Amino acid sequence: MHNIAALQETALRVRRNIIKMVTEAKSGHIGGSFSATEIAVSLYFEEMNITKSNVKDKVRDKFVLSKGHASPLLFAVLCEKGFLEEKELLTFRKINSKLQGHPNMNYVDGVDMSTGSLGQGISAAVGMALSYKIHNQDFRVYSLVGDGESQEGMVWEAAMAAAHYKLDNLLVILDQNGLQIDGDITKVMNPLPLDEKFKAFGWHVLYVDGHDYNQLLDAYAKAKTIKGQPTVIIAKTIKGKGVSFMENQAGWHGVAPTPEQAEAALKELV
Amino acid sequence: MAKMATREAYGKALAELIVRDEKVIVLDADLSKSTKTYDAKAVCPSRHFNVGIAECDMMGIAAGLATCGNTVYASSFAMFAAGRAYEIVRNSIGYTHLNVKICATHAGITLGEDGASHQSIEDISLMRGIPGMNVVQPCDDIETAQVINAIANINGPFYIRLGRGAVDTVNAPDYKWQLGKGVVLKEGKDITIFATGVMVQQALLAYDALKAEGVEVTVVNIHTIKPLDKELIVKLAKKSKLIVSAEEHSKYGGLSSAIAEVLAAKCPTLMEVVAINDTFGESGTPNALLEKYGLTSKEIIAAVKRHI
Repeated sequence: MHNIAALQETALRVRRNIIKMVTEAKSGHIGGSFSATEIAVSLYFEEMNITKSNVKDKVRDKFVLSKGHASPLLFAVLCEKGFLEEKELLTFRKINSKLQGHPNMNYVDGVDMSTGSLGQGISAAVGMALSYKIHNQDFRVYSLVGDGESQEGMVWEAAMAAAHYKLDNLLVILDQNGLQIDGDITKVMNPLPLDEKFKAFGWHVLYVDGHDYNQLLDAYAKAKTIKGQPTVIIAKTIKGKGVSFMENQAGWHGVAPTPEQAEAALKELV
Repeated sequence: MAKMATREAYGKALAELIVRDEKVIVLDADLSKSTKTYDAKAVCPSRHFNVGIAECDMMGIAAGLATCGNTVYASSFAMFAAGRAYEIVRNSIGYTHLNVKICATHAGITLGEDGASHQSIEDISLMRGIPGMNVVQPCDDIETAQVINAIANINGPFYIRLGRGAVDTVNAPDYKWQLGKGVVLKEGKDITIFATGVMVQQALLAYDALKAEGVEVTVVNIHTIKPLDKELIVKLAKKSKLIVSAEEHSKYGGLSSAIAEVLAAKCPTLMEVVAINDTFGESGTPNALLEKYGLTSKEIIAAVKRHI
C-alpha cells in the first residue's frame, strides 16, 4: 500500500516552500506549480527511482519538466529528496543562485534537462526514451507538459516521433489546469480536445484527477503495462490548487504574492 | 586535382565512425540522401534515425539523447539546422552545453538552384553568437574527415558547416586538423587573406594570380570560426598592411566580423571584406552564383590590388 498521508505531508511542505521562494524572489510561477504538486510529489516519492546515490548518473529514470516555469515546484521537490538545502530555496531567481528562474541541468543535481522555452522538454524526453530503447536500458522517462504549452507545434512533432518509435518507456503527464498567462486556454487558442489529439498521434490515453494520489499512482502502474506506444495521462488540475484565493485565477500564473498574501496563503497550507 | 563535396566526405567519415564508436547516434530530418548521413544508415541502421521533416524536434531529441551519454550527429540543411531550429539549438543544446554535433550541409549560396529560401547566409552569425558553441567550416574532403572524427572526442556542442558542391582538395593526405588553429597555406609578405570554406580555394587561385604579377600574399584557412585563432590573426596582422577576409556568408556577423572584433581590440589593421553584400541569393548554378555575388578569386585579387 502506498503511504498517501506521507505524500500529503510532503506536498504541504512543497507548497509552503513554493510560497516562500516566490515571495522572497518577488517573482515566479505559483499557479502552475500548485496545479502539478501532487503529480511531481507522487512521481518523485512513489514512482521514479531517483536517489542520492544515482542522481548523478546519466542513465536512470528521468523527469523532464517541459513546463519549465514550474521550477519552484521542481526545486521544492528536489529539496524534499535531499538534493538541495532548504535554505538554498530562498536564493531562487536571485543573482549567483543555482536556482534559475527556469531550471538549468548543469547547476542542480536532479534537474534532468534545462527547460523553460516551451515545447522543448517533451522533445528531449523523447530523445532520452529513445536512448534507453537503443541501448536496451530498462529505465523510464517522465515529462510534465502544460495544456497551454501544447499550443506549441513542437509538442506535436515530439508526439509523432514518440509514437513512431513506439516509446512505451515514455510517460507524459499533461497538466490540464485550463489557464495560461492571458486567460482561459480555450479562449486564447483552444488546444482541446487533447486526448483525441494524442490518440490520433498514436498514444495511449489515461485520465486522472491530478490532485488524487490513488488515481495518479494507478495510472503510473497502468502506463507500464501499455506496450508498443507511449502513454499520456491527462491530469485535470486546478491552477493555484491549495490556496483559496489563488485557485483557478490566471492572474496567479506568474505573479508573486505580497508578504500579506504570502502569510494568508501559508495559513491555509497547514 | 581531386574533387569532393564536404558533405560527401562527411557521409563517408560518419559511416566509418558510427561502426567504430558505439556512442554515436545519427539523426536526420528527411534529407539523409542529401546530407549523406544515409551512408551511416546503410552500415548501422540501428543507430540512425530519420525524424521526418521536423528539425526543431530533431534538435530536441538530439539534446535528450546527449543527456544519456550519446554522441549525437544531427544533420539537415544549414537553413533548417541553424535557422528554423535556432532557438532549440540555443536553449536545448547550447545553454545545456550538450554533446551534439550539428552537421549542416548545403550552406551558403552554392546550394544553387533551390534558390534563396534554402541558401543559408546567416548561419555562422547565428551559431557563433551562442555561448560555448564551436563553429567549424572545413574547406575540403580531407579536412572534413579529420573534423568529423576529432569532434567525436571533444565534448560539447559543435556547428559544422558543410557544402553541397564538389571542391578541390587542398590539404595533404597526412593533414591533421586542430580545433581553433588556423592553417597558413601560403606565406607571403604584407598582405594576409583569411578565408573559410569554399573561399579557401578561391584565395589559393588569387594567390597564384597575384604571384604571377609579383605580389606575394599570405593565405590562411580559418576552418574554426569559433573559437577563433586570435593569436595567429594578431601575429599576421602585425606584419600586414591589409587583411582580406573571404567567406561564403553575409558580410554581417560571420568570419569578417569575427576577425574585425579581434583586430579592433588588439591590432587595428585595414580590412577588405569579400562576402555576401547584405542581399539574398537566387537560383542558379553554384559557379554562376559565386560570380554574380562576388565570391571568386577576382574579388579577392581586386581587394588586394586596391592597396598595392
